[in-house]
Amino acid sequence: MSTSVAHTSAPASHHYTTLGLDSRKVAIWAFIGSECMLFVSLISTYLIYKGRSVVGPFPHESWTDPATGHVLKPILNIPVTSASTFVLLMSSLFMVLALAAVQNKEKPKRTRGERILGSSKLWLWMTAIAGATFLGFQAFEFTSFVHEGLSIRTNLFGSSFFTLTGFHGAHVTAGVLWLVTLLAIDYRRGLGSKDSLLVDIAALYWHFVDVIWIVIFTLVYLIK
Amino acid sequence: MDPHASVTNLPDSAEGGAHAPHGEEEHTHPTWSTYWKVALILTLITVAEVWAYYIPSFVAGRGFVPTLLILSALKFTIVVMFYMHLKYDHRLFRVLFTGPLLIASLTLLALMFLFGHLYIKVM
Repeated sequence: MSTSVAHTSAPASHHYTTLGLDSRKVAIWAFIGSECMLFVSLISTYLIYKGRSVVGPFPHESWTDPATGHVLKPILNIPVTSASTFVLLMSSLFMVLALAAVQNKEKPKRTRGERILGSSKLWLWMTAIAGATFLGFQAFEFTSFVHEGLSIRTNLFGSSFFTLTGFHGAHVTAGVLWLVTLLAIDYRRGLGSKDSLLVDIAALYWHFVDVIWIVIFTLVYLIK
Repeated sequence: MDPHASVTNLPDSAEGGAHAPHGEEEHTHPTWSTYWKVALILTLITVAEVWAYYIPSFVAGRGFVPTLLILSALKFTIVVMFYMHLKYDHRLFRVLFTGPLLIASLTLLALMFLFGHLYIKVM
C-alpha cells in the first residue's frame, strides 16, 4: 500500500531506483555493458582470422597476385587513421565540455572565456562536426580500399575488417544523429541544468564509441 | 520501511539524475582544466603509439605489442574514468560496466587460446 502511495505521489518525470539512481542512467550503463560484449565478439572474430587470408590485399604486408603479377601494397593507411583517431578523441573532449556547459547553465558567466566554455550549442556542434569528420575519414578509407581491390568479399581480412569498423561507424552515425536531436532541443527551448541527464546519457554513449575506437585503432591498425 | 518510499523525498535538484541524490553518493565532476589536461594526455599517448609504429627496430622487438596494449589500456581507462565519470559515479555503474567487460575480455582470451593465437609453453 505504502509503495503505491509513494509511486503515485512521485512526479512523473522522476525515474529513481531504490538506490537513488536514475533508472535511465542505470539503463545506459547496462546497455554499454552489453555493447562491450558485442564489440569484443567482433574484435575476437577479427583477431582469430588475422593472418589467415589466402589472397591479398593484406593489412601490413605487400602481396603479389600470382595470376597477374600485380603487386598490392599494404592496405592500411596509418597517417589517415591516426588523424581520424585524433578527431574522435577531441570529440570526446567537446562532449564533456558540452555536458559541463549544460550542468553549469545557470551559473553567471562574467568573462568571454566563461561564456565560450558555457555554450552548450557550441560544444554540441563541435562534437557533431568531429563525429561527422570521423565518418568522412571512414568513408574515404572504405572507398580507397575498394579501389585498391579489398571488399567485404575479397578475403577473411576484408570480411572481418569491414564488419568490425562498419559496426563502429554505424554507432558513430547513431551518435551524431543523437547529438543533432540534442542540438534541436537546445535551439528550440534551451538545455538547462535540469536537462543534464539527457546530455549525460548521450555523452556516455559517445565516449563508449570513442573507447571502442581506441581498442580498434591499436589492435587492427597498429599491431602488425 | 518501504524501500521505495525514499523516491518521494528526492530533491528537485536531482531532476537531472546524473548522480545519486543521497549525500553519501554525491560526487563532483572534474573541472574544465582537468578535461583539457586529459585531452592533452590522450593526444600524447596516441602520438607515442603512432611514433612507435614507425620505428622498425622497436616493431621487430618483443616489447612492441605489450607496449601498444598497455598504452591502449591506459587511454581506455583514462576516458572511462574521467570523461565517462566512472571515477566519480556510483559503484553500481562500475559493476555494470566492468562486469560485462571482464566477461568479454576473458572470452576474447579463451578464443585466442582456442584458435592458437596464444599459447603457454609447457616444459
